Amino acid sequence: MKASIGMLVFSFVIALTSVGVGARDIWPTPPVMDAKPTQVSGPLRGGTADHSKFEELKGIFLSGPEVTQACLGCHTEAGKHFMHNIHWTWSYKDPDTGQQLGKRYLINNFCTNSRGNEGMCAQCHAGYGWKDETFDFSDESNIDCLVCHETTGTYYKTPNTQGSPACSVMFEGKPPIDLAAVAQSVALPRRANCGTCHFNGGGGDNVKHGDLSSALNAPPRTLDVHMGEDGLNFACTACHITNRHVWAGSRYHVISKDTEGTGKPGQRTDVATCESCHGLAPHPVDSLAQFKLNDHVQSIACQTCHIPEFARGGVATIVDWDWRTSGKIKNGEGYHEENYIQGNGDRRYTYKSIKGDFTYGEELIPEYDWFDGQMVYTTIDTRFDPQAESIEINGFGGSREDERSRIWPFKRMHTWQPYDKGKGTLVYTHLWGEDDAAYWGNYDMGAAIAKGMADFGLDYSGEFGFIQTISWWPITHMVAPKEDALGCGDCHTPRNSRLASVEGVYMPGRDHNRWLDIIGTLVVAGTLAGIIIHALVRFFSSKPNGEQRR
Amino acid sequence: MTMQRVKIFSLFERFWHWTQMLLIFSLLLTGFGLHGSHNIFDFEDAVTLHTGAALALLLLWIFSIFWLFTTRTWRHFVPTIIGLWGVLRFYGYGIFKSERHPYRKAYWRKHNPLQALAYLMLKIVLFPAIWISGLAYLFYFSWRDVPHATQWLNGVALVHTAAAFAILTFVLIHVYMLTTGHSFRDHLMPMINGFDEVNLSPEEEAYLRQDQPADIS
Repeated sequence: MKASIGMLVFSFVIALTSVGVGARDIWPTPPVMDAKPTQVSGPLRGGTADHSKFEELKGIFLSGPEVTQACLGCHTEAGKHFMHNIHWTWSYKDPDTGQQLGKRYLINNFCTNSRGNEGMCAQCHAGYGWKDETFDFSDESNIDCLVCHETTGTYYKTPNTQGSPACSVMFEGKPPIDLAAVAQSVALPRRANCGTCHFNGGGGDNVKHGDLSSALNAPPRTLDVHMGEDGLNFACTACHITNRHVWAGSRYHVISKDTEGTGKPGQRTDVATCESCHGLAPHPVDSLAQFKLNDHVQSIACQTCHIPEFARGGVATIVDWDWRTSGKIKNGEGYHEENYIQGNGDRRYTYKSIKGDFTYGEELIPEYDWFDGQMVYTTIDTRFDPQAESIEINGFGGSREDERSRIWPFKRMHTWQPYDKGKGTLVYTHLWGEDDAAYWGNYDMGAAIAKGMADFGLDYSGEFGFIQTISWWPITHMVAPKEDALGCGDCHTPRNSRLASVEGVYMPGRDHNRWLDIIGTLVVAGTLAGIIIHALVRFFSSKPNGEQRR
Repeated sequence: MTMQRVKIFSLFERFWHWTQMLLIFSLLLTGFGLHGSHNIFDFEDAVTLHTGAALALLLLWIFSIFWLFTTRTWRHFVPTIIGLWGVLRFYGYGIFKSERHPYRKAYWRKHNPLQALAYLMLKIVLFPAIWISGLAYLFYFSWRDVPHATQWLNGVALVHTAAAFAILTFVLIHVYMLTTGHSFRDHLMPMINGFDEVNLSPEEEAYLRQDQPADIS
């Protein structure tokens, strides 16, 4: 049995490698490769309809919304369902903190804010035409079904507004889209559909998350044991299960410790936790070590051991961004430098006039800390000390004593970004636009902030500066095969412990009581010394005439 | 009272002693590895060996306690101060003067008073300290949610480590003691073949020759 599985996997690998790897950075959606095995999605599998046979999808489509109307003609409730979902609303009100979150409102430490820049940023809104505050969130035909469901790899989106010529040049010269062919290709979302936006968050491949990159479009099992094409070949929705177009798994509402496990058959369709499939005792108990590992589930998130490094697979992530150096001009124009070559050979921007300097990292060891699942955000409304050395964009809590907390891995993102120095708040920066204030094209930070704030009726002191900000990204993808997981000794060691900075618990191997060790060593050494002295005295005081010592 | 070669350590007692020796040696070795004092094993292997040896030792102790009480040999470990001073004086002074060890083994007192006291302390203080703290340590995750669990864990680790240092000290002295008095070999052999020179009363000798002739030479 084992041998035949081995042969199967082997022939699989051969098949895959012969198909070839290239052609994967076409703008969004999955490349056409019929030889690819079908990705495994959630509960819905093996559909009963062939969309290429539908009359409704044959017609000439002049725009995306016309396709959407065709979709809604049969999927009558899909629009209503979809409108509850964060991909549409870009809004989330935290029930515990009361904070208004969501992309629509938040400030991050990458491109800082989508608000006021929707003309550019809303390319990743799962809808059509969000330019500004006038967008109609109640019009179902504005939903973009294709970006998630099409499978030809020919569909793409461009910014909803023109923007400055300095930027719009990037989007020129794309081939036209055959909307009918695209519409007929629809299927359950594949990794590349989700990856269109989620792999490119923060303005480029793997820039933001560190554990979500284009390397996951066609990953080997060693990069991600679930998504690996030579392994389980999971699509995102295999774990991020869907109920009426609402997905499990959220960065605003993190389940740091799942205490329910798999549940009964048919239950647990509401979470994307490891435990919801693997249960609460995930390690087969065939040794003492495995027994101890199952105990550790109470204190250690699965991700901590099973994602030993992130930004693997040849695609780097940005770990440091310096907006202070943005705005430099050569010959009256902005420019960029590409001085980082990442693992897969691609060059990455290390400087852009519109954004500043970037520092990249690959195969990074995460930061670790107790995490209770609750992020508290520094929003546009949050006041802080303008003299503060740094502020956390999304601070989090957790401790050994808190029963929801476990030790989690994080990507730490450090940025120097503009803020209101007079008032002590973050700012909305007007980056994208055709006007004279848009930073991208005009490079006047003061004017961009003044307009970004004024457009939403927000007070701005008129004096901006740059402040260090930290954001924390819980690492949960790029799960390594078990043979690559961390070993006990990676944490339980007095030197270079992975968890060296984690407080609140005594860890054998990492910790010791200094005084006990000193006293214990002295007692043992003293005993040895005593024995030696005793033996020497016996030796030299013995009778020289050879009479037996007694 | 005459000196006779008599079997004083039964087969089980010898098995007990040497198994215990091996287990304690591996526990000390792996334990100090877990503590971070050396890097001979990786942590997982050390945990496996340490836990396995500890559970085996606990099982052995269960049998040995049963043995001690059913055979009434526990009486060898009852502490006494009679003769204690003489033994102490010997190790501190007389040994340098090539004096003769003051203690004579008796059939129902095979340890000298200092030995009996040391073994008793080992049995009722050090061993319980290490196995109670060890089990608490091993099963930490079953009580991690009680109030102040981390402080308790600190205490458990402290007791366990301290007891380990104390047992290591005991082992060093214990082995060194084999070189005193008679030769190293004379001390070692009784624990291998079971026989040692013992002061027997005429009644004991008569009893042994009549009922257990194999135990007396």
